[in-house]
Amino acid sequence: MSSFSVTEPSARQKYFAGTLVSLYAIITLLPLLWIIATGFKSPSDAIAYPPEVFFEPTLEGYVNLFTTQTRVTAEAAAELGEPQTWYEQIVRDNDMIIVGPSRYGERFFNSVIIGFGSTFLCIVLGTAAAYAFSRFRVPLKDDLMFFILSTRMMPPIAVAIPIFLMFRQLGLNDTHAGMILLYTAVNLSLSVWLIHGFIDEIPIEYEEAALIDGYTRFQAFYKIVLPQAATGIASTAIFCLIFAWNEYAFAVLLTSGTAQTAPPFIPTIIGVGGQDWPAVAAGATIFLVPVMVFTILLRKHLLRGITFGAVRK
Amino acid sequence: MSDTPIMRLAKATPPGIGRRVGGLSDRAIAWIFVAPSIALLLAVNIFPLIWTIRLSFTNFRVNRPNRDVEWIGLENYRDILTDSDTWLSTQATAHFLFWTIALQVLIGFTMAYLINKKFRGNDMWTTIIVFPMMLSPAVVGNFWTFLYQPQIGLFNYVVGFLTGADPSSFSMIGDVALAPWAIIIVDTWMWTPFVMLICLAGLRSIPDSIYEAAECDRASKWRQFWTITIPMILPFLMLAVLFRGIENFKMFDLVVQLTGGGPGSTTEVTSINLKREAFERWRTGYASAYAVILFVTVFGLASIYVKALNKVKDR
Repeated sequence: MSSFSVTEPSARQKYFAGTLVSLYAIITLLPLLWIIATGFKSPSDAIAYPPEVFFEPTLEGYVNLFTTQTRVTAEAAAELGEPQTWYEQIVRDNDMIIVGPSRYGERFFNSVIIGFGSTFLCIVLGTAAAYAFSRFRVPLKDDLMFFILSTRMMPPIAVAIPIFLMFRQLGLNDTHAGMILLYTAVNLSLSVWLIHGFIDEIPIEYEEAALIDGYTRFQAFYKIVLPQAATGIASTAIFCLIFAWNEYAFAVLLTSGTAQTAPPFIPTIIGVGGQDWPAVAAGATIFLVPVMVFTILLRKHLLRGITFGAVRK
Repeated sequence: MSDTPIMRLAKATPPGIGRRVGGLSDRAIAWIFVAPSIALLLAVNIFPLIWTIRLSFTNFRVNRPNRDVEWIGLENYRDILTDSDTWLSTQATAHFLFWTIALQVLIGFTMAYLINKKFRGNDMWTTIIVFPMMLSPAVVGNFWTFLYQPQIGLFNYVVGFLTGADPSSFSMIGDVALAPWAIIIVDTWMWTPFVMLICLAGLRSIPDSIYEAAECDRASKWRQFWTITIPMILPFLMLAVLFRGIENFKMFDLVVQLTGGGPGSTTEVTSINLKREAFERWRTGYASAYAVILFVTVFGLASIYVKALNKVKDR
């Protein structure tokens, strides 16, 4: 220790704290690891007793996830000739043949469109509003800001009924556009509040200098403010994306076919005799990879994002 | 708006330059920037809310569009408040809220306190602990039904292994007494990191100098904990409770996938009860009134709580 400090915990305290925290971390990580591991198990390994920690990894779950299959008799299968690809081989081993792709690809693609679409819109609208709230005297500013925040307090089920009716009238039920608009509205509170905080931190003097140099307000906005707030805006974008990515209640109530995202779909993956757990786990694993990557990238902004900027570190 | 340095400068300069400095008037820009957001929120949040309030006084049913809609006044409200199902689901929600918040605050604060001992690698462990929070609650709920399965489920196996009980002798989801705890365990697993992060931010915001001064005054560590750490962290803890409270009051996705409100209606929290009325029994008017009651409750409780929070902060 370089300098003595009364507030620095002793080596023994640190060891004790480190042990407890890592123990807790490992326990909480277990279900997550179990999801990932189950994705690589065969259906029989997945439901073995006692639960198997060591098993022969297979991609069966992933193949089941992405394909639709049907059972055929041995003769019919023999007529089709030798399987051409490794994944056909896996399916053929279970006396099944692939008849087409599953809907997971579509659902995942919907998640991507709706997630990124709403995030983009949300950031554009949110940045503009946040800039105005931060730099101009908007009448009733505090009330408007609270109004924006309060939209987040409503249970989704409660607003789903009239939104359902309204969307039906407008032809927006089960469309990408409808879901994008809806998620944008839900996330707008987060983006306005967070970006407002980030812009507030940029000294106003920069813009004033730019204005004196002959920039217009718009030029000052996108040449001075936007680059300065870029990191903050990027992390806000990721928080919006994570919400839209994981949202379930609206998705399950307002979409059924064309615009359904992955979260309502994954729990409905069924195989022979109940849920196909390896396929469910595979679907969940693929679905959580982007979010996990973002979490690691976002560690430093995490707190601010999830608390609407209420806690700054 | 006219007394910002820019505007003073703009006024003092000749008209030609002044126009260029000002561009569009600030008021105009402010409105152009704010209006789209407000318009969207009005369309997707406020308009439906007003519609809900209107429907709540009728006997409208979405699945029978041709039936005459009758204005029935406060009947829906009376029915809801006297219905025993409402009280059962309120009770289920209260039980869920109380235990999830209690457990998450307890574990979250303890973990934050330990992490704040700044042992090596604490950043890495913090990130690992945070992972569950980033998952989709619906997918989590669905997968936990697998972990909770008697015999083959990992949860039952581990509990059986540790306590010596037979893993197939209990079913977390199927048992009336255990099901409420099944959802509490999963929610606590998923959201304790949230409380932990807020506590950590709070602990890190306490300046070392306060502890150093206390040390000079020979205050014991125990005393320092109760007279410095706890009061300083209280606003942060209350904030965490507020956020978790609002979220868990609306809890839907996790529970609907995990237990679906069952067995019977033991875990039928208000959101699930509401969904039943609105999208299974299709009593739209009734469900609308229910939604209005929920709004009023959340807003009321939240604003009282925020007042208390501000008082603690100002102290």
